[in-house]
Amino acid sequence: MSQQLIDAIADMREGDALALVKEMADSGVKPFVILNDVKAAMDVIGQRYEEGTYFLPELMLAGEMMNQIMAIVKPALAESAEEEHLGKVLIGTVKGDIHDIGKDIVTFMLKVSGFDVLDLGVDVPEQKFVDAIKTFQPQVVGLSGFLTLAFDQMKTTVEAIEKAGLRDQVKIMIGGGQMDEAVKEFVGADAYGKDAMAAVKLAKGWVGG
Amino acid sequence: MDKLEAAFERLLSPKGPDGNDVQFQSAEAKANYQASITRLRDAIQLREPDRVPVTVLPSMFPYLNAGMTVEEAMYDYDKCTAAFKQFILELKPDMHIGASAPGPGKFYEILDYKLYSWPGHGVAPEHCYQCNEAEYMTADEYDLFMMDPSFYFRNFYLPRVFGALSGFSMLAPYTSILEMYGVAFNFVPFALPPVQATFQKLFEAGAEALKWAMATGASDGELTTLGFPTILGGFTKAPFDVLGDTLRGTKGIMLDIYRQPDKLLAAMDRLVPIMIAMGVGAAQQTGKPLIFIPLHKGADGFLSDAQFKKFYWPTLKQVILGLIENGCIPFPALEGHWGSRLEVIQDIPKGKTAWMVDQTDMAEVKKTLGQNACLIGNVPSSLLKLGTVQEVKDYVKKIIDIAAPGGGFILSNGAFFDEANWDNVKAMVAAGREYGVYK
Repeated sequence: MSQQLIDAIADMREGDALALVKEMADSGVKPFVILNDVKAAMDVIGQRYEEGTYFLPELMLAGEMMNQIMAIVKPALAESAEEEHLGKVLIGTVKGDIHDIGKDIVTFMLKVSGFDVLDLGVDVPEQKFVDAIKTFQPQVVGLSGFLTLAFDQMKTTVEAIEKAGLRDQVKIMIGGGQMDEAVKEFVGADAYGKDAMAAVKLAKGWVGG
Repeated sequence: MDKLEAAFERLLSPKGPDGNDVQFQSAEAKANYQASITRLRDAIQLREPDRVPVTVLPSMFPYLNAGMTVEEAMYDYDKCTAAFKQFILELKPDMHIGASAPGPGKFYEILDYKLYSWPGHGVAPEHCYQCNEAEYMTADEYDLFMMDPSFYFRNFYLPRVFGALSGFSMLAPYTSILEMYGVAFNFVPFALPPVQATFQKLFEAGAEALKWAMATGASDGELTTLGFPTILGGFTKAPFDVLGDTLRGTKGIMLDIYRQPDKLLAAMDRLVPIMIAMGVGAAQQTGKPLIFIPLHKGADGFLSDAQFKKFYWPTLKQVILGLIENGCIPFPALEGHWGSRLEVIQDIPKGKTAWMVDQTDMAEVKKTLGQNACLIGNVPSSLLKLGTVQEVKDYVKKIIDIAAPGGGFILSNGAFFDEANWDNVKAMVAAGREYGVYK
């Protein structure tokens, strides 16, 4: 473990972090050792986000650092074993709505918190959610939407999940622009989350993590 | 008389596009018009009017509610303005924002607008247009942008967001046109087929824009003669949102805060006079002083307090002050939640601005920002769509009790909405008139 690397990532020193990773990779440090440090740093970043000291600039930069580090260590990573996850979350912006920033942030925070996340993207029809629940088998489904038009489509999506007989298998959370508790009741979801940290807390609560 | 007072005086005796006094359709219409303007004037200048002014600030609701799709509203200007007129006649608000929200669909088509998806072009007919966010300005283009923002917009940004404007990228800077020697070289690009194709499209697009502006302008004019004022002159933006919304994008600007903060700050400084001129110019052109400023990336959760104070607020404040100096009424919209920013943004001149409040707690806003500024809001979209009539009335009563004392409050919905229960919208307006009377 390199505390230096963890600190560099967690303190948003991008240049230092990448230089350290290159140095470690060149001197033969195993990829999983580096990735464990990255994970430890992401935990710190998640905590700071939760405490309200980090915001979007830090989350975006953390995502960038992670991608660049992955690109450096990936060539040596091919044979590594599959990662263990807290649980699975299926996420997407409902049909008719093409906003993705909030959803992407939630996806990123769920991933760094240890979830296996399948992101269906934007403008996702209800049937696509149903099909993905069958194949991906998530414990949690996250529906995102920015506009008032998403109220009806979220309700339609929850109903489709119900009709397919899958409602009992999943917990459903909603979030985005004009969403609130009243909308949660209307669409028949299990919870509304105000931000990415709320989504992580909800998902952890449901999978017992 | 200060410039704001002069602006209200002009509003009280409105002129038509021909420069002559507006002919109201009845003495009652004139009286209603002047009563509404006086109400708005008092509210904005933090005095108690006869009652709380009431307005409704919709996005696509008037058109959907009339049984049209958004697509129809964007392509049939007469149908669009007729639906809006019906909406205003039914609600009789103290001010309105005109029928321009749908915009001219055909115009976007002619120019191959890529920044948005709209009905028939990536969005269903019944849904509102939505922005396609991307890095339309790349991370390494700050210096180019700052050297000459107009040149940058014409030659780089516009060709990226309008497919039909690709010919602009071949044009020489206007600032090279100096003296006889060499002057003609600057005009050679106009002979090139891609440039000529771009200009052909511009003529076509201009004609379509004019057709649409005539329809919405005539609609505003007619509503004025019927006694329903609009005081909205145009819009401008916070420099941080100019860069963060449509140039660098959310991710781009958030990374710039760490990777090139000095360039970001310098670019925002460069934008301050440009954004002031944008608002002042619109107010002069329309004769209406209210300048809308939609606020996006300063909301709770986007930036830390320190980042907000360093990157978002200083240049926004300069734009607000510049507008005020020129007799405009800045009309910033606090979209989403802004509870953590109130202490900072309350530092503005008293009685010169009007702020639209969305999901921020009205009591908190009144205690802070509301001491210096008129507040507009904040009946939630979810309540208008999903609540009962009684719940809407109760909410209106509650926020009037909180925000109306001392003046400085205009009752309205909190966010531009597409979908709602019509009975709830009517109940909001009726409750405002009922509970909003000052005794």
